[in-house]
Amino acid sequence: MKKLNGVAASRGICIGPAFQFLRTELNTEKKEISDPEAEITRLDAAIQTAKDQIQSIYEKALTESSEADAEIFQAHKMILDDPELITTIKSRIQNEKINCEFSVYETAKQFAATMAAMEDEYFAARAADIMDVANRLLRVLMNVADSPTAGLKEPSIILADDLTPSDTVLLDKSKVMGFCIAHGSATSHTAILARGLGLPAVAGVGIDVMDVLTGDMLIVDGTNGVAVIEPDADTENQYRKRMETSKSIQAEALKFAKDKAATTDGVELEIVSNIGNVEDAKFAVENGAEGVGLLRTEFLYLERNALPTEEEQYQAYKAILEVFGKHPVVLRTLDVGGDKEIPYLNLDKEMNPFLGERALRLCLNRPDIFKPQLRAALRAGVGHNLKIMFPMVATLCCVRSAMVVVNECKAEMKKEGIPFADDAEIGIMVEIPSAAVIADQLAKEVDFFSIGTNDLSQYTMAADRTNPKVAELSNAFQPAVLRLIKMVIDAAHAEHKWVGMCGELAGEPLAAPILVGLGLDEFSMSPPFIPLVKQIIRNLDAEEMIDLAKGALQLESPDDVKDFVKKEVPFINEVIS
Amino acid sequence: MKEAKVVVNNKVGLHARPAALFVQTASKFKSEINVSCHDPKEDKLRTANAKSILGILTLGVFQGIEITIKADGEDEADAASTLADLVKNNFGEEA
Repeated sequence: MKKLNGVAASRGICIGPAFQFLRTELNTEKKEISDPEAEITRLDAAIQTAKDQIQSIYEKALTESSEADAEIFQAHKMILDDPELITTIKSRIQNEKINCEFSVYETAKQFAATMAAMEDEYFAARAADIMDVANRLLRVLMNVADSPTAGLKEPSIILADDLTPSDTVLLDKSKVMGFCIAHGSATSHTAILARGLGLPAVAGVGIDVMDVLTGDMLIVDGTNGVAVIEPDADTENQYRKRMETSKSIQAEALKFAKDKAATTDGVELEIVSNIGNVEDAKFAVENGAEGVGLLRTEFLYLERNALPTEEEQYQAYKAILEVFGKHPVVLRTLDVGGDKEIPYLNLDKEMNPFLGERALRLCLNRPDIFKPQLRAALRAGVGHNLKIMFPMVATLCCVRSAMVVVNECKAEMKKEGIPFADDAEIGIMVEIPSAAVIADQLAKEVDFFSIGTNDLSQYTMAADRTNPKVAELSNAFQPAVLRLIKMVIDAAHAEHKWVGMCGELAGEPLAAPILVGLGLDEFSMSPPFIPLVKQIIRNLDAEEMIDLAKGALQLESPDDVKDFVKKEVPFINEVIS
Repeated sequence: MKEAKVVVNNKVGLHARPAALFVQTASKFKSEINVSCHDPKEDKLRTANAKSILGILTLGVFQGIEITIKADGEDEADAASTLADLVKNNFGEEA
């Protein structure tokens, strides 16, 4: 048995056989050949087969993934069509009388090196594409299975260095129990995939993938960031028990998912969901969401060639609002910046897109984007409980400027005789520390706050949450972040405004007692977290939690805070496995 | 042989989608076509095969650079003017 510590990349436990996701070492040894013509015929046949393979992956990606993902494979096909590359490969076979494999490998390496030397991210990615294509060609030439996942026949835990986008397209998701990633971080491609699928994952365990064989027993504890290789009977039993407990708790919680979340002393809290499209909306309702605390509207803008029209947006918002009837739906206006690839917006490349012209800042400079969205939202809100929320508010001035645009839209629609939701509440996200600091002033201007803990943590801690070296710093359990949250809630309540939270902290079981104690009114989270958080709240005494929260804010580190909650609210240890 | 000089004005230059479109268009012609531009860093003329995506990409043509398209073959006039128009029209995108 070997126990390894890594990063908790996706919550949950799984136990099963490992599937060693390994790219076969391709033998590209140099060999002298006597018949270059026959070698070239072999190459041409391989190129054709490789093209066919790429075509079918392209089609698979188109239906399962996005057009942008699929486009990578179109680029791969163009590389196989490239006369410079193919002519060079062929002339080397001809002139040097060498085998296909060696020529393909050496030539591709040379082209890739030229690309990589251009010191530009774009070319570096093309260099990787060339090698990806060359490897495919080599696999065809050597008759090696097309995908390293081809051998995945029974449900297994994928053990890999990290997966490329092309690997994940080919993965048969019904046979994946979880992921154990040797390198990578909580933000690597595989980790994001795992969270999307709701599968446990641990990253950065630092093992040599070669040391574990396909079929070896593996435990992945994605909640605590632990992997166990070939566990002994005792350890396996312990984990099985935890898994079963967690399963039955989940099942139990799901039974009561649609019931209200009220504390033992009768404080009723609003549990809503973060969603990004109408499918999410239905999933949220099944999991007991009493509305939407964050409707991300970016889905309407991505992977297309022009801005969505007002009418198109109206239809999309209407469809989502109808799922929730009279329940509240908080629509967040467009939240994009220089880090997102939306070519038709013609955004400038920025040195620091997270500190740049993004979200509301962009919208205020671009009425052509902002106004159609506000009009569509206000129109769709008729007969529903729509609320509008602005992201990335740093000053009083930007809230007021946004309100001016809202009022302009309303005046225009009044004139045009178009019905709209005149009484829709308008609020802001509190995700920039400055907004938390002046929350008392902002509370006078808006109807509600929603705390975005992911950004609030990274801006407060000055730590990029996608950078594994500092990601741990950007933790919402940091006492500094918790104190800001308290300031925001107190300031809003002083003005009789309500406060929600739509960051990851809202769905975190260990945070629930603190947030209840701080007086948070609305908790918004991914649908799968709702039943459990509701169940936890039902077992808490709100009055007692006030003291717990006070105590937590005096502690010195995120770990201290978590340990304190576990000690003060012992039942929580059983639900977080 | 036909020759056309044209300034690349679209935002990304001969990269990404525009580069792909350029190569796909060039590949439809029978003529041999190459593209050359002046490399200010090394102060010399660089040339690439217009039908090679890797060649075009490594040429490193950014916004504002003038390129020379040379076509040689039975459909050379059509090839040179079609490719020059494609560049002039910013590959059908907004500049």
